[in-house]
Amino acid sequence: MATTAEGFDAHHDDHAHDADHKPGFFARWFMSTNHKDIGTLYLIFAIIAGVIGGAMSGVMRLELAEPGIQYLAGAVEFFGGTADENANLHMWNVFITAHGLIMVFFMVMPAMIGGFGNWFVPLMIGAPDMAFPRMNNVSFWLTVAGFVSLCFSLFVPGTGPNALGAGVGWTVYAPLSTTANSGPAVDFAIFSLHLAGAGSILGATNFITTIFNMRAPGMTLHKMPLFVWSVLVTAFLLLLALPVLAAAITMLLTDRNFGTTFFDPAGGGDPVLYQHLFWFFGHPEVYIMILPGFGMISQIVATFSRKPVFGYLGMAYAMVAIGVVGFIVWAHHMYTVGLDVNTKMYFTAATMVIAVPTGVKIFSWIATMWGGSLEFKSPMVWALGFIFLFTVGGVTGVVLANGGIDDNLHDTYYVVAHFHYVLSMGAVFSLFAGFYYWFPKMSGKMHSEFLSHVHFWLFFIGVNVIFFPQHFLGMNGMPRRIPDYPEAFAYWNSISSIGYMIVLISVAVFFINLIYAFTAGKKVGANPWGEGATTLEWTLSSPPPYHQFETLPVIEDHHDYHDHMPREDKPATA
Amino acid sequence: MTSASATIESRNQRTGALAILGALAMLGLGYAAVPLYDLFCRVTGFGGTTQVASEADAAKAALSATNRTISIRFDASTAGNVPWIFRPAQTTDTVRIGQRDLATYVARNTSSIPVTGTATFNVEPAQAGKYFHKIQCFCFTEQTLQPGQEVNMPVLYYVDPAILEDDVIGDIEQITLSYTFHRAKESVETGS
Repeated sequence: MATTAEGFDAHHDDHAHDADHKPGFFARWFMSTNHKDIGTLYLIFAIIAGVIGGAMSGVMRLELAEPGIQYLAGAVEFFGGTADENANLHMWNVFITAHGLIMVFFMVMPAMIGGFGNWFVPLMIGAPDMAFPRMNNVSFWLTVAGFVSLCFSLFVPGTGPNALGAGVGWTVYAPLSTTANSGPAVDFAIFSLHLAGAGSILGATNFITTIFNMRAPGMTLHKMPLFVWSVLVTAFLLLLALPVLAAAITMLLTDRNFGTTFFDPAGGGDPVLYQHLFWFFGHPEVYIMILPGFGMISQIVATFSRKPVFGYLGMAYAMVAIGVVGFIVWAHHMYTVGLDVNTKMYFTAATMVIAVPTGVKIFSWIATMWGGSLEFKSPMVWALGFIFLFTVGGVTGVVLANGGIDDNLHDTYYVVAHFHYVLSMGAVFSLFAGFYYWFPKMSGKMHSEFLSHVHFWLFFIGVNVIFFPQHFLGMNGMPRRIPDYPEAFAYWNSISSIGYMIVLISVAVFFINLIYAFTAGKKVGANPWGEGATTLEWTLSSPPPYHQFETLPVIEDHHDYHDHMPREDKPATA
Repeated sequence: MTSASATIESRNQRTGALAILGALAMLGLGYAAVPLYDLFCRVTGFGGTTQVASEADAAKAALSATNRTISIRFDASTAGNVPWIFRPAQTTDTVRIGQRDLATYVARNTSSIPVTGTATFNVEPAQAGKYFHKIQCFCFTEQTLQPGQEVNMPVLYYVDPAILEDDVIGDIEQITLSYTFHRAKESVETGS
């Protein structure tokens, strides 16, 4: 295998002079049209945004470590406001808003779709680049501009001249976002969503076009790697869901500034309509954040089990099913707005149906490992952590799907625990799994497997210590989005804050590992993971040449959905 | 090679244009949701939206009026920026289902300027919305009160006998009719 892996390389070496010619620094990184460079930019951006969003959760866990308000005044002063009781409490709303928006729009999405999607979709389907390389660049810089706008909103008035920032939650519900937060901060936050949303829509267009039109000869849809399938489904979700958010927040903007009354009862509007529109976007959005993770986990589990993934078509169409059903379950986020019992019944049933394709995926990953030749390399342990913790989050999701139970648990820490199990453990574990899986490919350097495992175990323990007790807090009625709580909740909150410290240490290990890899990491060949890694990116050198596949690879009859490696007797490049 | 790459480029442009078109269609659908949601609420009584009936409808309902009675509770409130005292003249009324009834609300402007208000309304339980028919209501139009002026505001309504057939709320004993006065938007106020 190792020799054939060089098959495409041999070709590239002939043209190394052309294929690996890179433009100067400014042109390469600021005017980039190369999918790998843009992917790298997205990953760096996501790491920076993740650190900022993570620091905010640090302030929140610090404040919640014990009852009372201790640190919010300092935070108010930090952003340039004047601390008083009102400003301090507003600061809390600003933190939950900024943490949520940053993690969703500027960490998970850029990393999953912009980062790994850009890097590996063209490589895996055997395309030289994305379909619209310049639009790709526009997408990235729109995302950056959105992030700048969101950060700027932290320093301008929200509810008053001293209470800075948009304290509206990531859902930006009216009338909290229209009459209650009348300052310009909310306008900047909304503008930030417009920019990031436009960037994502353009990116989705790019992915759909690339995947439909630019596959290598012989790479049929049913031979595509599952990661490519996951990005395809995600791109469709983005394309259909984000414009609805754009419409809703544009209505908010005109309600705020131009006297329309879409969500204002005084003029015949209805604030509940905003919630419907938001969640029509918001529910597909949660699948947008996890589906590419599903794709990565499929690649990794297959690679380190040295087996094709179990039930390929079932896996692919389970993602399609999740995407489709994801559009018709939105009102389970709004069980308490006064839906009648039949409506609740429908949304409960439809929501639970999603557990079926999700179960298909979980069981297929397990079946892939069954009888496989398992290797517990760093990507695999993160993938196993993902499967375990995502399932826990899925189970609490089925609990919350019940309209009757949700009446009790709505807006409690149980919900916070649930969505952090599927996001900060599901999505983030898959991101780290993908990162360790592809880091040698992207950088050409090997990270430390030891540090990766230390990172994993600290992170695994840390997030569970943070979020598992929050189930207890929620079931006992602790409301989310409130910075203070009665003495009775102090014990589990202090445990939860200890968990944050463990995660903080694990993130330090991650950065040490990165520094190690870039300074002392071993150089790797085309395929550091051995014979389990059989998709096209492993046929290229690490890092791949600046321009790859100048002669397209050919997927032949003997190739299936799993094995895209050229045969030994038949060098793939003619 | 040139012709081949030209084809892929035009195919890409077509796919990309279709995708953008799909996104624009969803943007349009987002805005179309506003009138559609309004229509949906009015037709289905969703969220306790009451129905508007003509005299003819009311006469027809009166024919099938039953001996079953139901209690109607009246609720009134004002938004923070409406300087009115607004209350129902009667707390409850007991009416025969199908029979029309006249209820009265009283509003007085306690400020020294004319104020125009517009009332939002619904009933509780929300499922009763599609059976609660109004023939006349002060909430159908905006109301302007001069400084210190007090007016009686009538609501002429009936409860549709079809409510008795409803599996979910057929056996309820009380419906609460609720109004909230908001200050009418300024553009409208200058017009009146």
